[in-house]
Amino acid sequence: MNKPYNNKAWFFILPVFICVAFSAIVPLMTVINYSVQDIISPTQSVFVGLEWFRAMMRDPELHGALLRQIVFSLCVLLVQLPLGVGLALSMPSKGWQSSAALVVLSMPLLIPWNVVGTIWQIFGRADIGLGGHALSTLGIAYNYASNPLDAWMTVLLMDVWHWTPLVALLGFAGLRSIPDAYYQAAQIDGASRWAIFRYIQLPKMRGVLMIAVLLRFMDSFMIYTEPFVLTGGGPGNSTTFLSQYLTQKAVGQFDLGPAAAFSLIYFLIILLLSFVLYNWMQRTGSKPAGSDHE
Amino acid sequence: MARIEFRNLGHAYGANPASAKDYALQPMNMVWEDGGAYALLGPSGCGKSTLLNIISGLLVPSHGEVLFDGKDMTSMPTRGRNIAQVFQFPVLYDTMSVYDNLAFPLRNRKMPEAEVHKRVHEIAEILGMSDVLKQRASGMAADAKQKISLGRGLVRKDVSAILFDEPLTVIDPHLKWQLRRQLKQIHQQLKLTLIYVTHDQVEALTFADEVVVMTDGKIVQKGEPDALFERPEHTFVGYFIGSPGMNFFPLKLDADGASIGAHKVALDAATLGMLKSANHTNNVLSIGIRPEFVDLAQPGASGALEAQIDSVQHLGTCQLITGTVAGHAVKAKIDTSIPVSTGSHWLRLARPETIFFCNDERIAR
Repeated sequence: MNKPYNNKAWFFILPVFICVAFSAIVPLMTVINYSVQDIISPTQSVFVGLEWFRAMMRDPELHGALLRQIVFSLCVLLVQLPLGVGLALSMPSKGWQSSAALVVLSMPLLIPWNVVGTIWQIFGRADIGLGGHALSTLGIAYNYASNPLDAWMTVLLMDVWHWTPLVALLGFAGLRSIPDAYYQAAQIDGASRWAIFRYIQLPKMRGVLMIAVLLRFMDSFMIYTEPFVLTGGGPGNSTTFLSQYLTQKAVGQFDLGPAAAFSLIYFLIILLLSFVLYNWMQRTGSKPAGSDHE
Repeated sequence: MARIEFRNLGHAYGANPASAKDYALQPMNMVWEDGGAYALLGPSGCGKSTLLNIISGLLVPSHGEVLFDGKDMTSMPTRGRNIAQVFQFPVLYDTMSVYDNLAFPLRNRKMPEAEVHKRVHEIAEILGMSDVLKQRASGMAADAKQKISLGRGLVRKDVSAILFDEPLTVIDPHLKWQLRRQLKQIHQQLKLTLIYVTHDQVEALTFADEVVVMTDGKIVQKGEPDALFERPEHTFVGYFIGSPGMNFFPLKLDADGASIGAHKVALDAATLGMLKSANHTNNVLSIGIRPEFVDLAQPGASGALEAQIDSVQHLGTCQLITGTVAGHAVKAKIDTSIPVSTGSHWLRLARPETIFFCNDERIAR
């Protein structure tokens, strides 16, 4: 068979290339373009090199937001993963109970993000909210609008309520794919409940849990809508995360150059952390556990 | 090691079974002798796996008892029974090494690590896996994985029985023979009661001392391989064992003898008497013969049947002819030296090999 050598193939990928260009490359280039210029007016701009990057790296407000962001994402992962896996393990596996549990569980995932924020904003209010009122009736001083710790707890709880079901659904799908023979063999081998979890269920869920970790990390690292609606970033700037700070810069103060530089830094941080996380999970999964004997 | 006995054992998945149809396993009495090698043969869904799971304790039977050496084990959970079971697909603990896989059942039973080490090496020796103990189990080939699954059962002391649930399904054909021989050697070496579930008759016949044939949740015959071939107790056995299966023709009885369609069948007085006593209105009589025992005959020869042959296939050592006798399908294996063409032929059913059935059960040879 003779293979013709020409450049026709490029023609076939052209449509995809155009789509990707307009959806990703052109906007990204625009941002890169802004990040190296000082835009004084729509018609007047000056090339400033890496000046904005240097400025943003030294910005104490960005440092604060980044620290809060990392702590928040860490909390999200530490709470939602074990909780989601626990939920998946305790869900009924067959019959109508299983379907019912799935529907109830996925309810929070179906609610628009700003509605989630509004729900929790009202829920936490001491005067009319069920949660806030109940707490104040019990004599607990709680006010997410004035106490930073309360605000943090509320944002975290809201995110747990909103997104743990995703982890649980993924974990449940992973569990369902384990053939019965594994559990039967485990019974024959006399495995304890913990051993079944550690040596059968967890290894078989590894793939989907890896996706869950990456999704939850990236999403929580970019969180914007819910805390914006709930606390507006306050009290003070105690719940101002990276996205919100970026929006303040870009839309609020119209500092396009610094905001663009910030966007790129933000993007690189997420890319880097996801890459590190993914590789770390790949490695821990592929070396035999407990091979210290023999 | 144990002698396993079923007493009126049956299982129905639904509550209150009323008719035979409601049982996955018909109530039965059965003994599996200590050290015997049994094959459990039957089509998919006949209750083989249900029976196996009852022995291993994964399923508690709804009726009757299971006894190990005379001791009632019916409600004893799996972990208390010391059963080794190998499933259709290899079950491994993916994250562990081969050594840890084999050690897992012992560690679960809190055996001291020194003893674990000794047992694992003994079993690895028997399985021929001593040099791969450090390897990761998930990277092994399918046959090695099945051996590890078996090893996890054998590694415990005083194993009551080894149960195989179609263990060669995922093994490459050229490795099947090898692995089967190895399994047989292990059985001979350890002298354990062994029950081997399969739907492959060749596997069952070559592996086991005794073959148990099941269909519709019922054991229809338990016997040595040649008995299944020569004296099937049930039409199902005749049909299921052998390749192709037995030919069956309905038998009509009247005052002066028996006939298939318009052809008289020559019978001796004793057989005829037996058939006559079974010939009631609700009973269905039939005659069965294996394709190996059907021969060509001279046209019009006495006791021969006229057949319409539709196809002739050369199978190497013989030729298989397929056709109809009085509207019923017939297959015969004929020596390759005899020329046969499609069309009308006369067939003779070799006399001592014909078997008579009443309502699917054998009444006379």
